[in-house]
Amino acid sequence: MEIPYTVSARRDTGLWNAKVGIWLFLASEVMLFGGLFSAYIFLRLDAAPGDWPHGLLNVPVGTMNTAILIASSVTVVLAWAALKMRDLTKYRIYMAITILCGVTFLVVKLAYEWPQKFDHFGAFIKEGALEKYEPYLGNKHLLEEGLPPRKEITGHLHNKEALKDPNVKEYEIALDPVYADPTNRKMDRPHFWPVPATDKIATIEKSDVKYATMFLPKHSSYFASYFTITGLHGAHVLGGVLVFCYMLLPASTRIYRHNPEHLANRVEVAGLFWHFVDLVWIFVFPLFYLL
Amino acid sequence: MVGATLLAFTAITVALSYVNFGTQKANVAVALLVATFKAGLVAAIFMHLSAEKRLIYRVLIFTGFFVLGLFWLTYLAWYDPIHR
Amino acid sequence: MDATTHPHGTPETHHHDEHGDEHHELGFWRKYVFSTDHKVIGIQYGISGLLFLFFGFCLMMMMRWQLAYPGQAMPVIGNALNHFFGTGSMPDGKMTPEFYNSLGAMHGTIMIFLGVVPLAFAAFGNFVVPLQIGAPDMTFPKVNAASYWAFVVGGIIMLVSFFVPGGAAKGGWTSYTPLGVIADTGPNFNPFFNGQTLWLVGFIFLITSSLLGAINFITTIIQLRAPGLTWMRLPFFVWAQFVTAFLLLLAFPPLEAAIVMQTMDRLASTSFFLPSGLVVNGAALQVSGGGSPLLWQHLFWFLGHPEVYVLILPAMGIVAEILANNSRKPLWGYKSLVFAALVLGFLSFIVWAHHMWLTGMGSAVSAFFQTTTLIISIPSVIILSAFFISLWGGSIRFTVPMLFATAFLPMFGIGGLTGIPLAFNSADLYLHDTYYVIAHFHYIVAPGTIFGLFAGIYYWFPKATGRMMNDFWGKVHFWPSFICMNVIFLPMFLQGMLGMHRRWYDGGQGWNVSGEHIWGLTGFQWNTPISIAAWVMGLAQIPFIINFFHSIWKGRKVENDNPWDATTLEWTAPSPPGHGNFIKAPVAYRGPYEYSVPRHGRDYTMQNEPIEASELTTAHPTREPVLRA
Repeated sequence: MEIPYTVSARRDTGLWNAKVGIWLFLASEVMLFGGLFSAYIFLRLDAAPGDWPHGLLNVPVGTMNTAILIASSVTVVLAWAALKMRDLTKYRIYMAITILCGVTFLVVKLAYEWPQKFDHFGAFIKEGALEKYEPYLGNKHLLEEGLPPRKEITGHLHNKEALKDPNVKEYEIALDPVYADPTNRKMDRPHFWPVPATDKIATIEKSDVKYATMFLPKHSSYFASYFTITGLHGAHVLGGVLVFCYMLLPASTRIYRHNPEHLANRVEVAGLFWHFVDLVWIFVFPLFYLL
Repeated sequence: MVGATLLAFTAITVALSYVNFGTQKANVAVALLVATFKAGLVAAIFMHLSAEKRLIYRVLIFTGFFVLGLFWLTYLAWYDPIHR
Repeated sequence: MDATTHPHGTPETHHHDEHGDEHHELGFWRKYVFSTDHKVIGIQYGISGLLFLFFGFCLMMMMRWQLAYPGQAMPVIGNALNHFFGTGSMPDGKMTPEFYNSLGAMHGTIMIFLGVVPLAFAAFGNFVVPLQIGAPDMTFPKVNAASYWAFVVGGIIMLVSFFVPGGAAKGGWTSYTPLGVIADTGPNFNPFFNGQTLWLVGFIFLITSSLLGAINFITTIIQLRAPGLTWMRLPFFVWAQFVTAFLLLLAFPPLEAAIVMQTMDRLASTSFFLPSGLVVNGAALQVSGGGSPLLWQHLFWFLGHPEVYVLILPAMGIVAEILANNSRKPLWGYKSLVFAALVLGFLSFIVWAHHMWLTGMGSAVSAFFQTTTLIISIPSVIILSAFFISLWGGSIRFTVPMLFATAFLPMFGIGGLTGIPLAFNSADLYLHDTYYVIAHFHYIVAPGTIFGLFAGIYYWFPKATGRMMNDFWGKVHFWPSFICMNVIFLPMFLQGMLGMHRRWYDGGQGWNVSGEHIWGLTGFQWNTPISIAAWVMGLAQIPFIINFFHSIWKGRKVENDNPWDATTLEWTAPSPPGHGNFIKAPVAYRGPYEYSVPRHGRDYTMQNEPIEASELTTAHPTREPVLRA
């Protein structure tokens, strides 16, 4: 006996096997990202005012990446439609564009966004020393406006050896624009286009610092959740890209020659997974980049 | 065409994030509303969910219920500690 | 449609020819090792599960020595164990506290995730479900194989964790943070190859395996039911596996997310679960802080609670089949059983915080969870009651499967009823983390689920091998096991009520509440009879092990494909079934438990027997006093 309903639908459910399978898998993925999002929610709600950073991520790049992913969702639907209309060449073209978009997304994230973060430095100032660094933090001005205080000074670390060497007693930071001009009202909220960097350098004593590190997962709950969620999301993007590549290989063409509906179903199922990945990103983007 | 709508709404999301709606809660609510709308479009049209069979709906409704349960009940536990 | 399709319009058969694995023999590796056949995979899961159960049992027997005779060298094998597990575990044959904690954590993890779930869900499910629904295999055979091998990788990682510097995980099977994050770190430990981290990594593989399996089961049950096999004609076993699969599918992922986060905490120094201001060994921890240990507990128990229903439901399914078969009458209340199982599955997602009563939750959320926890006892009671009532008026024959299945009923009853005090936040304030809890859940899993699994093994052994297991030795296995189970776990309720904690490595010797005695012995003194019973129970498993392996080759051959005179579809297939199971798809005409149908020649009617004309008046028993001609 052969396994039925691999391509044609079963009458009472109206579905073929892989479609049921992929939706079940997506249900479990909803729960997986739900677990991660619940962690994000509670870490954020638990953070004291001012402890959750804003404006540390590059919004234009993030917007572009969002657009790329949305475009790839469009092209994968077009690829599937081409298959249903038995146009193999068009299918190949659209699938290739989809893969290209996916790869671009990953490259932008892993080769540009993440390394940019790893290269950035932040030092959390101890409560008692906040007054001392007021020229950089501008908290008096913020308190007048009813905004949460700043507790961290960020920028590019000039003396990287300070991280490891206990004999070096201070950090030299090329300040981020907001700390160079903290009382400027324009600096109160994040900007869309990144503000050009200044040359202002600040020296911060290690003894005034509660905790200092590059923008790594261990920097704060914010970056921990950012890197974990985008990392896991990126792994899913990579998985999707690999599956799509397989759908362009000769093995898949052979399936097409034999039974084109079978390949169309496989592409549809992979496409569903891809749309889900896009869907997750639609939520990740505002939660981390914008809010 | 749906794609163009999604791209347009992405731009809207970004633009709206620079508008202050009063409280932080309101900002979050607006952003999530737009995101939900976009996600709804992807689900309904790209994933063909609007034409999907009953069985799939049932699975997803239960999933949605449980994930919202996870969020809501954990939130409830958080904000109802034994000492105030 | 493509012009090259088969005249029936089923392109899949044509496609299958392309692969040709129907037409030429598979090599040894593809046939017996990396097989995609659900029966082979089921047996692989079964043997693996039994091996892990045995290993977990041995860990427990070691723990019981320490509990009864704390600080004393273990006779005969003490030094050998020290060499086996690595020096530092049992110097001079005496167990260290750290090693005791490892045994405790790994006993729990191995028994649940490497023993019971693979055996109850994956092994029995894989072997029996496609046969019971008249399907040739699972819908996704390759995914099925992938699921098994992911399980093997996870299991190997867990086993390897015993032999890395520092030994296996010690943070309990629940791996609560911050301990779960800071344990096994420091100069004596490898940054990656330490017990606690390997526990996390192995778990990811196990979760992946369960998710793939769950997808397969659900799709198979929905899509591959034979013609005529409507939902309400399914054997209860299939319903139980269906609900179990949903529990695994939706409850495991949040734990997977949490495990990823705890791994990040351990390897990338994040603070998902570490609060600010932690001081470890006198030095402030160099992390960002701001995390929450409570978050881990929520995410863990979100799985943890549905997990316990994963442990019990397949066993309930097995017991249902065996009770009907050995009382020669239909199950009472089939519809109630099905709805109870569905409601149980649903409610199991919204009760989890009853494992967290002592975390300082307020009255609103506590009231919510207490209510849902009490409500969830109702479907369990319905199921147990239906089982009891099913026996009433039956022609009961005490075959070995039936012995285990009937023993299940009161044992699960005790386990379930003793859970009720734990559902109350107030009572649990005292009972939490005591031996009372251990007794409660072991009554459900050990003389509950595991007896159900034994019953299933004796019952379906002839289908899988074509031979019967030895009846006499089955009874020799049963009686001591049953008695020992009660001698082990009943006193634990008493110990718990005295206040004895569940993770004390010295068995409560160092703590004695005013020398209180219960039933003549102090809490600590009760450890001795319990341990002796545990070791005797170990001995009682030897007849089973020998019987099992001996019968595979030398057991009494069955005379026909249906040695138990059962009604469900798996008994229409050959013993053992060939590849593809059925020559052509069976058609189901009846419900699953048509035993003792009146005015029918035999006392059982199989599901695929067509309805005869004469039956149209007798298929549903009437109450007419006049006999029809």
